[in-house]
Amino acid sequence: MSSNVTIAWALFSHFSMISMMAIGGGVIALAPDMQRFVVDAHHWMSDESFVAAFTIAQASPGPNFLFATLVGLQAAGWIGALAATVAIVVPPSALTIVALRASVKHGGSPLGRTVKAALSPLSVGMMLATAWSLARVADNSWGGAVLTALTVAVVMTRNLNPVWLIGVGALVGIFGWI
Amino acid sequence: MLRHAPPPDVAATAAPATEKLSPTQLFLLFTQMTLLGFGGVLPWAYRILVERRRILEKAEFRELLAFAQILPGPNICNLSVIIGYRHAGIVGSVAALAGMILAPFALVIMFGLAYRHYGDFPPVRHALAGMSAVAAGLIVAMALKMTRDLPRRRKNALLLVLAFVGIALLRWPLLMVIGILAPLALAVFWTETHR
Repeated sequence: MSSNVTIAWALFSHFSMISMMAIGGGVIALAPDMQRFVVDAHHWMSDESFVAAFTIAQASPGPNFLFATLVGLQAAGWIGALAATVAIVVPPSALTIVALRASVKHGGSPLGRTVKAALSPLSVGMMLATAWSLARVADNSWGGAVLTALTVAVVMTRNLNPVWLIGVGALVGIFGWI
Repeated sequence: MLRHAPPPDVAATAAPATEKLSPTQLFLLFTQMTLLGFGGVLPWAYRILVERRRILEKAEFRELLAFAQILPGPNICNLSVIIGYRHAGIVGSVAALAGMILAPFALVIMFGLAYRHYGDFPPVRHALAGMSAVAAGLIVAMALKMTRDLPRRRKNALLLVLAFVGIALLRWPLLMVIGILAPLALAVFWTETHR
């Protein structure tokens, strides 16, 4: 159990720092660094479990960042889940409250626009990196790669709730087509 | 980012709410919103706050979202904190945030524990492989849309490529990559607007 506490503390320290790096695209864009940290650097879980955690959170209701909760659960049980969630939510929320109390002008101010313009290419780069690192693991078979490509084609041309598509993915998987 | 639009709202007939919400009301409102949010909470936040409950005007929602987006962290959590604060101060922020997180946290833990027990059972494994391929496709599509919507400028392309190569290909720590690129990007864009 003490090793779980150690892992949870390490998760908390790392996640609370990178939570402040979630710019524009949100916490999904932190996935490659979380994967690097928990899979490559510390071997607390496999690539497959990491991607499964991401997928389960996407298929559940609520904010997308809850995949960090599941990564924490996989790595260190209950305490890991709690540590990961608090680390992702509390530092940015505290900063938001500080910004509100200092009555910082909203995103429409000239400074806000400059910050947004400067950070948006980085957040797009982070999102592309997330796409790359998830696809690398999820598409280790031809069927998986085809399913990913079909999903991209559908999403780019139709306005559908993603949960239906994930449901179709589950059926395709169960019938052994990938 | 409104990734998918909810169907047209037939219940959007409520009178505009002008009174302040209590922390309990905030908690319940955000719990309702988050539990409807399969595949992203933001469309439902818009639906409930603007269309159904008339707590915010359309333009106000856009403004607050823009504010939430320039701050780091989960946009939807920042938005909850901002709206909660407007109605009931810091207690309101905490109530809205707790409403946004607690119920889906409990649900996702249940799913996670189920995965721990049944994850190796072949039908579950196969279903998850299919779901993961689709989930990867959703993120690829979102990344492509974001790329498409980025203004076509040389410095945008350069910063995007540097971030991608550093994080995805070289697999350097994010703190290092963004720690270098963010000040660089801010300096470049700042000098451009203040020449």
